[in-house]
Amino acid sequence: MFKAKTVPGVLGSFAHIDSAVDAIKGLRARGHTDLTVYSAAPNHELEEALEHKISAVRLFTLVGGLTGVSAGLAMTYWTSLDWPLLVGGKPIATVPPYVVIMFELMVLFGALSTVTAVALLSLRKPTTGIAYDPRYSDDLVGIFVPCAADRAGDVESLLKQAGSVEVRRAA
Amino acid sequence: MASATQHPTQTHAEVTRDVIGTLGTPTRGYYILLGCVSAALAVGLVTFFFLVKDGLGHAGYTPPVMWSVYITTFVFWVGIGHAGTLISAILYLFRSPWRTAVYRATEAMTVFAVMTAALFPIVHIGRQWIFYWLIPYPNARFLWPNFKSPLVWDVFAITTYFTVSTTFLIFGLIPDVAAVRDKVSGWRQKVYGMLALGWKGTDEQWRHYSRAYLYLAALATPLVLSVHSVVSWDFAMGIIPGWHGTIFAPYFVAGAIYSGVGMVFTLLIPLRRALKLEHMITTYHFDNLGKLTLLTGCILFYAYGMEYFVAWYSGNIFEQTTFWRRAFGPMWWAGWAMIICNAFVAQLLWFRKVRTNLTALFVISIFINIGMWFERYVIIVSSLGNDFDPWAWGLMNPTWADWGILLGSFGWFGLWFTLFFKHFPIVAIQEIKEMIPMPRRKGAH
Repeated sequence: MFKAKTVPGVLGSFAHIDSAVDAIKGLRARGHTDLTVYSAAPNHELEEALEHKISAVRLFTLVGGLTGVSAGLAMTYWTSLDWPLLVGGKPIATVPPYVVIMFELMVLFGALSTVTAVALLSLRKPTTGIAYDPRYSDDLVGIFVPCAADRAGDVESLLKQAGSVEVRRAA
Repeated sequence: MASATQHPTQTHAEVTRDVIGTLGTPTRGYYILLGCVSAALAVGLVTFFFLVKDGLGHAGYTPPVMWSVYITTFVFWVGIGHAGTLISAILYLFRSPWRTAVYRATEAMTVFAVMTAALFPIVHIGRQWIFYWLIPYPNARFLWPNFKSPLVWDVFAITTYFTVSTTFLIFGLIPDVAAVRDKVSGWRQKVYGMLALGWKGTDEQWRHYSRAYLYLAALATPLVLSVHSVVSWDFAMGIIPGWHGTIFAPYFVAGAIYSGVGMVFTLLIPLRRALKLEHMITTYHFDNLGKLTLLTGCILFYAYGMEYFVAWYSGNIFEQTTFWRRAFGPMWWAGWAMIICNAFVAQLLWFRKVRTNLTALFVISIFINIGMWFERYVIIVSSLGNDFDPWAWGLMNPTWADWGILLGSFGWFGLWFTLFFKHFPIVAIQEIKEMIPMPRRKGAH
């Protein structure tokens, strides 16, 4: 069976949020910008320390929503004109009753493209081969720093200095 | 009694332990519950078998009442789902802290209620094996569905609502399933590991996830308002007296939320006790749910009054007759059951003592469930039964085939919900943790 190659680096675990934030800031100041930070819930302090940009998910949502509206309009109009049936002198194709279909398809396509976006965008930074600890989904924050063996010592001491409760090497 | 605090008082580790603790070995009571809902479902399946074998003649359809218990129950279950989306999506956008402990259960209720509702158009149409004719593709003569029909709008609304609600539920579950994966062992770890879809809670995953969750909530919010509006237009677009009202959309949406919160009480009050979650789902949450019930109950009270007022004020003899007969005709008992259970019983919730008394809330919730089923029964059956010409008036009496399918629907819903709460976290671990500040080495800032 395929086994992902382990990424060499150092994994630090933190019980205190301020310690983890200090460690992230210290690591980034030393040029370690390719960090992977684990947490059980999203945390604004961690996001600010990592200086993340706003996710591109919103573009997918927008495109999905617009596609849904367009598909709804195109489908209702085209099918009405494909077999025109005149009922009670009313227009063959008209927007007001089709707004419902357009709206529903906007929500449907928008929601599905949003979820697809998370899957696709998360693939840009895969987690396979990167050290992990099950306690990160419980009550600890984890910081994985990819680095070669010759820089691991510096990273370890920085993590310990920041207040890490456990530091280990992944090779 | 558990304290009514706004924020959870546990640590992150305690939240994980307590919620995952609910997934342990099932008790005898759980198996009894599972047996009861399975038996109810079996009754529904047997009834459905006879409906397929012999036709809809077994049901109580009597001209001119050709929509009756099945459409009533369809609207009832669609409505139940609405409270779930209100709590999970709309209150998320409003940042209401009290939603966190209850939203997972209500969202699961939404998905299972819509799954239940979706069965009813199929049961109702007769010749159920060609139900796919409802889907918009051209028939043998290349004739397309009529997109100006509210029934076709409803197909789109319900399908979208089911898809988006299910997506929202599963999406919200992913981090919690990963938390379960990290706590269990053996084959369960493998199964939860597969269901967690590789979730590890990295900063990159949270960055996209949090945004996506916000957008899903933003999309689900107008969706939930649209769905019951569209359901109401199934009736309001017709010219039947008693149906043809402009207030139907907000009236139905308020009623849907009211009935849904009623079902939340019915499910959560015993469940929190059975799963020992009294310290997480507290009277604080029920107090707020009670306020929501009171608000929607008052909107319903107003809508009921306005229906009668408009019928009188319009001077339209057909409307006036329908509403007179709704109160004093042969279905008076159903008409008053709806008004008493919905408009009047909800007024008890003005009192905080009632909103924080779980026994009282449970009893009120049963009244709400019954009242809201009768609301739809009255709107559908009494209106159809009092058509324009008195010689065509008629009544239908539900038969064993109507009650069998109704009971089966509770079995179907109950089976899914019972299986869900024993296999997935019924309280959102990740969102509760988000509300609890992580410990600080340097003290609070």
